[in-house]
Amino acid sequence: MASHGIRDRVAIVGMGCTKFTENWGQGLDDLIIDASNDAYASAGVAKDDVDAYWFGTAQSGMSGITLARPLQLQNKPVTRVENYCATGSEALRQASYAVASGAYDLVMVVGAEKVKDTGFQGLNAFPIPNDGTARTLTAAAMFSMLVPAYGKKYGVDDETMRSVLTHIARKNHFNGARNERAQFRKEISVEQVERAPKMAGTLGVFDCAGVADGAASAIVCRAEDAHRYTDTPVYVKALSFVAGNGSGLIDPSYDYTTFPEIAACAVDAYQQAGVTDARSEVALAEVHDCFTPTELVLMEDLQFSERGTAWRDVLDGVFDLDGELPVNPDGGLKSFGHPVGASGLRMMFEAWLQLRGDAPEERTVKSLAAGRKLALTHNLGGYPGEMVSFISLLGTEKS
Amino acid sequence: MRGILSWGAYLPYRRLDRSQIAAFVGQGGGKGTRTVASYDEDAATLAVEASRLALKATESRPETLLFATASPPYADKTSATTVHAALRLDPTVTALDLGASTRSAVGGLRLALQGSGTALVAAGDLRTGLAGSADEAAGGDAGAALVVGDGDAVVAEYLGGGSATAEFLDRWRVPGDVRSRVWDDKFSEVTYGGLARDAWASALTAAGVEADRVTVAVAAPTARIGKSVAGKLGAAGVVGDLTDTVGATGAAQPALLLAALLEQAQPGQALALVTVGDGVEVLVFLATDTLASHQVGRPIATQLEAGAPLAYGRFLSWRGMLKVEPPRRPEPARPSGTAAARSSDWKYGFVASRDTESGTVFLPPSRVSFDGERTDQMEQVPMADVQGTIATFTVDRMAYSPSPPVIFAVVDFDGGGRLPIELTDTDLEEVEIGKRIEMTFRRLFTADGIHNYFWKGRLVRG
Repeated sequence: MASHGIRDRVAIVGMGCTKFTENWGQGLDDLIIDASNDAYASAGVAKDDVDAYWFGTAQSGMSGITLARPLQLQNKPVTRVENYCATGSEALRQASYAVASGAYDLVMVVGAEKVKDTGFQGLNAFPIPNDGTARTLTAAAMFSMLVPAYGKKYGVDDETMRSVLTHIARKNHFNGARNERAQFRKEISVEQVERAPKMAGTLGVFDCAGVADGAASAIVCRAEDAHRYTDTPVYVKALSFVAGNGSGLIDPSYDYTTFPEIAACAVDAYQQAGVTDARSEVALAEVHDCFTPTELVLMEDLQFSERGTAWRDVLDGVFDLDGELPVNPDGGLKSFGHPVGASGLRMMFEAWLQLRGDAPEERTVKSLAAGRKLALTHNLGGYPGEMVSFISLLGTEKS
Repeated sequence: MRGILSWGAYLPYRRLDRSQIAAFVGQGGGKGTRTVASYDEDAATLAVEASRLALKATESRPETLLFATASPPYADKTSATTVHAALRLDPTVTALDLGASTRSAVGGLRLALQGSGTALVAAGDLRTGLAGSADEAAGGDAGAALVVGDGDAVVAEYLGGGSATAEFLDRWRVPGDVRSRVWDDKFSEVTYGGLARDAWASALTAAGVEADRVTVAVAAPTARIGKSVAGKLGAAGVVGDLTDTVGATGAAQPALLLAALLEQAQPGQALALVTVGDGVEVLVFLATDTLASHQVGRPIATQLEAGAPLAYGRFLSWRGMLKVEPPRRPEPARPSGTAAARSSDWKYGFVASRDTESGTVFLPPSRVSFDGERTDQMEQVPMADVQGTIATFTVDRMAYSPSPPVIFAVVDFDGGGRLPIELTDTDLEEVEIGKRIEMTFRRLFTADGIHNYFWKGRLVRG
């Protein structure tokens, strides 16, 4: 068994990202066109320069034609990719591996999702014929089960747990308020979070990520070609993916305080990138904060905090914008909403801005100036006990 | 010796206080309570719960299943097959519906008693009427099941019966209508009185017993008619008809009251079930010595004491009489007929698989071991009667449900196996980590006219 990775063999040389919002005025094609044109412009390339395309969408369209038609691509290979909420990231992983293999010189990745056209709240999986016995719970309810489990295991009382989750929600909205592409751009108060209507378990509206439409894109080439397109390419250090076997749902030893798929994915990603101490080496992390307790548990699975201590690190501000290791400096899913196919690339877009020094000053993380060199992005898809995990590590310097 | 081998009675957990009806509608209601089937119960699931209790109390296994109801979940399609699948009966067991009228239930029982082999007579019914109607208040929901067969294990020997059949308008319902219509109940009372006298006389002759030796139970469409008929029999005693607490339970009532009669009977006692409806049927039994040692899983008296109140508004919404705003989420899609057929053991029988090497229990069943090393090295593990413990839980206020919110728990089963599953018959404040759970067969939802049956958890009470 091997996971060699493609450290420093490919680079991202252009990116685009639409504003994420309840976008009643634009369709999927509009989002795709806007994000794609941003990326072409960013890399200084024309449509015909791109050899192959990967398109990530969970359920806004089927096949590569969903991308080829709005962009009017002429005889190009387009692969449609789906891997739950890691769809956009997975598309970039496939595209990067295709370049690293030597099959193509220049490829483009587009992730897009139009989720607000359903008329329903939350995300809704399209029905696959089945025997009718699968649970039909919302994601909020499944992730809400982390709260009593974590509190009980680590002796964190209900009031303290509430403070921890509220801190995470406020932090991400604080960051999102400083981001013009974010859906929610207002800071929120402790009272707003705690008085919000309950959705599932103890989780209120502000413990849950928003829902939005959006698209993001990236252009990838061989690392040695990167400077043809930009002076500040972002190199891919690691791309790791784990699809869980669902054992947590049926194994009584799973305790709802960790995501084993993500812990395993982190080990692989750090090995690919040569990271030995994530807490001190990673400059910023964009993580999948679908719900506030998810972000709490992630801090431990991604090795940013020792087991059972992330709640204290959260309260101490370790992951705040001006903290030791800023997490979700762009505002996260909390502020952006979650257009499934776009979110992973949206996270990379923030890494792209921060690593290149292009983020607005008011949300530029200080950890980069302090000498750290890596950005981490992370997606999960599915539920506690049964999920997929993606982690990327990105940096501007080749080792 | 042929007769009753075992019985099971199932009263739904929810009770409607009849005084709530007039307070809400401005008319109707009355004293006492009635049982209310949960939104996820129907005639088939009620019959399943009663049958599970009946089969637990006997070694005998039925060769025939007769399912009786006046509120069938399906037309054309047989619902007895749903009961058959949930009980995991052998494919060689024939399963038939006895439908449309309340009388069909006692007819099934008579056929079973007069026939041969072992038969399970399972009945379930939901009774309703328009808001504020007499039927709404007086009706009740229940399941009841009787195992009929031969041999020393018989607890009540069938001595004989009598019938009086008559065509007249007592109560009727056009298929699809939500309520029955009734003629003048004094006409019914007088007519049934004459019919009862005739059927009673021929039954006593057939059984060879005197009226004053027999303790009777009378199943009648209304308490008033039942009381009137009972008064004319000259019987040694009459057991309560449960209408104050349960209501008149339609097709389930004959088996339910026979169960009540048996739970109070002594060996050597002569017993009769008198069923009133489009005529009168009388069945006479003799309680055997075996009755004394017969173990009853959940006596009716115990179930009467349990139960929790239900607000009238929710009762109306459960019955489709009051449209309530659902969560703004898509309704579930219909289950696949072919996928359901493939997973019948799991979906209907709640049968898991166990890795014969590691002992790991898979819910739902898996073909491949956890470590991926072995394929098809599994044995079947029936889990319907296995209890479990809540590992963690939540309430989902957004998920689609016919009766939101959804209460949901991760349940770890005794002896291995875990399943995150919906809880039913449960109020949120009762749920805690560590509480004990048992499984119950329910109808999750209906889509495209397909009833989606599966199992849910409920708190173990008492």
